[in-house]
Amino acid sequence: MRRHATRDRLASAGAWALGLAWLAPLLYAAWTAFHAAEYATRFDLLAPMTLENFARAWAAAPFPRYFLNTVLIVALIVGAQCILCTLAAYAFARYRFRGRDLVFGLVLLQLMITPDILAVVNYRTMRLIGAVDTIWGIALPYLTSAFGIFLLRQTFLTVPKELDEAARIEGCGSLGVLWRVYVPAARPIYLAYGLVQVSYHWNNFLWPLIITNSVETRPLTVGLSVFSSVDQGIDWSVITAATLITSGPLLIAFLIFQRQFVQSFMRAGIR
Amino acid sequence: MSIPSPNRSLAARAEPWLLLLPSIALFATFTHIPIVRTAIDSFHSTPKGARPSRFVGLANYEDMAADPIFWKALINNLVYALGTIPLSIALALAMALFVNGRIAGRGLLRMAYFTPTVLPMIAVANIWLFFYTPHYGLLDQIAGLFGFGATNWLGSQATALPAVMVVTVWKEAGFFMIFYLAALQTISPDLKEAAAIEGASDLTVFRRITWPLLMPVTLFILVNAVINAFRMVDHIFILTGGGPDNATNVLLFHLYQVGFKFWDQGYATALTIVLLAILSLMALVQFVAAGRRVHYQ
Repeated sequence: MRRHATRDRLASAGAWALGLAWLAPLLYAAWTAFHAAEYATRFDLLAPMTLENFARAWAAAPFPRYFLNTVLIVALIVGAQCILCTLAAYAFARYRFRGRDLVFGLVLLQLMITPDILAVVNYRTMRLIGAVDTIWGIALPYLTSAFGIFLLRQTFLTVPKELDEAARIEGCGSLGVLWRVYVPAARPIYLAYGLVQVSYHWNNFLWPLIITNSVETRPLTVGLSVFSSVDQGIDWSVITAATLITSGPLLIAFLIFQRQFVQSFMRAGIR
Repeated sequence: MSIPSPNRSLAARAEPWLLLLPSIALFATFTHIPIVRTAIDSFHSTPKGARPSRFVGLANYEDMAADPIFWKALINNLVYALGTIPLSIALALAMALFVNGRIAGRGLLRMAYFTPTVLPMIAVANIWLFFYTPHYGLLDQIAGLFGFGATNWLGSQATALPAVMVVTVWKEAGFFMIFYLAALQTISPDLKEAAAIEGASDLTVFRRITWPLLMPVTLFILVNAVINAFRMVDHIFILTGGGPDNATNVLLFHLYQVGFKFWDQGYATALTIVLLAILSLMALVQFVAAGRRVHYQ
């Protein structure tokens, strides 16, 4: 028994050491952001706190515009995905038609090959339709998702056929059945999928970087990279403040809904 | 769908296709046609000004074979994958075992491990850039306490790629932990209890029961980690820009530079094909592995 207690204590110590190592970079960055520049390189526990870095970062770059762009992009993408993936998943789960497996296979191809890998040709398509440097240009390639279709199809397949048939006898059409039976049954999956996608597209960088070149369309990630690459006189306090501003809303949401976030990623991942 | 009448109306047969139409159109426009287009373009030169693109056969691929930066990027990418993947997975497993057991502050620990996952890679890179700064950075300050001098972590050939890899491990381990945690929670406690009654040590239980049951999820994580290793470049933009002297250049970053900095789109499409080949190979591995996973359950 004592052997167990010692071992448990060791495991605890290891777990906490790792936890601290993982949290320390963030804590230090946060500390820097809330203190005057001269403390960025000189840690002093009693140094006075300040919000000045945030004010300066906020004034130095068009962050409100970046925020608006990011929110628009994320809302557009996740909204469209929920609708389009639902329709497609329903077709794959509850219809039998010629070519279904082939089409499903073609859809799954996109799990590995995201639009940014094919950026050269996709950029040309955007230029063709005049969508370079627009919010639409960022969102278009992501409006549907193989991952979403796959996830929802798996869920729809578990809905008992009896429920489906009962609704049809009540007089529901195909879309009525989808809306009344399948969508409610998949509600937790929508939440899980939504959270994963919001964090993915809030953080997405490469495609928006390629397709945007003005303040009016840039999302936060691209804005932050521009902000920190312009010579800020290497004022780390301001740059860390800008970094926290960029990831702030997602970070706060995560701290509040931590359990839901972790479970969302688990739920979405194991299927 | 449910009642297959002999003369199902055309409308009923069109239904699934109408449901699929928007998604299929988008996939075709931004994935399937671009794949074909990329393959065709990789045999063509880049159009310049009045000179349209023309068929050049394997010239782009020959350029690639002769391009030292391509080989450097490919080797860097392999080193990056080999260096980050085993470490991330081992740490992820340790994290999952820690927070799956009874431990004080379990919720807080889970959060600590997982937080980097929800941060933008760009933000993460900014934070680490600050740590790696010579003289002022956290790393050099700590090293200074032990009497070491300043190190240009991101600016020297020997340390730049490892420095980028550390950031990747920090970002990815918590993400992979989630999958191990999900798998651990599906293992029946009866198995462990039975083993404990038999007098098996914890190590034996792990080696003989837990680890074999974690095999499918390990494979899943491994494939995803390899794909990520070839897809993740955001931090390179902030940390090194591929330098010094291409020491941290990887395939997708090289592709971006060739395609969108030098606007050599013919060569860029040839690079895309190489990247697609690697990703497709991984897709195949996952497909075969998924087939085997069915037998597992």
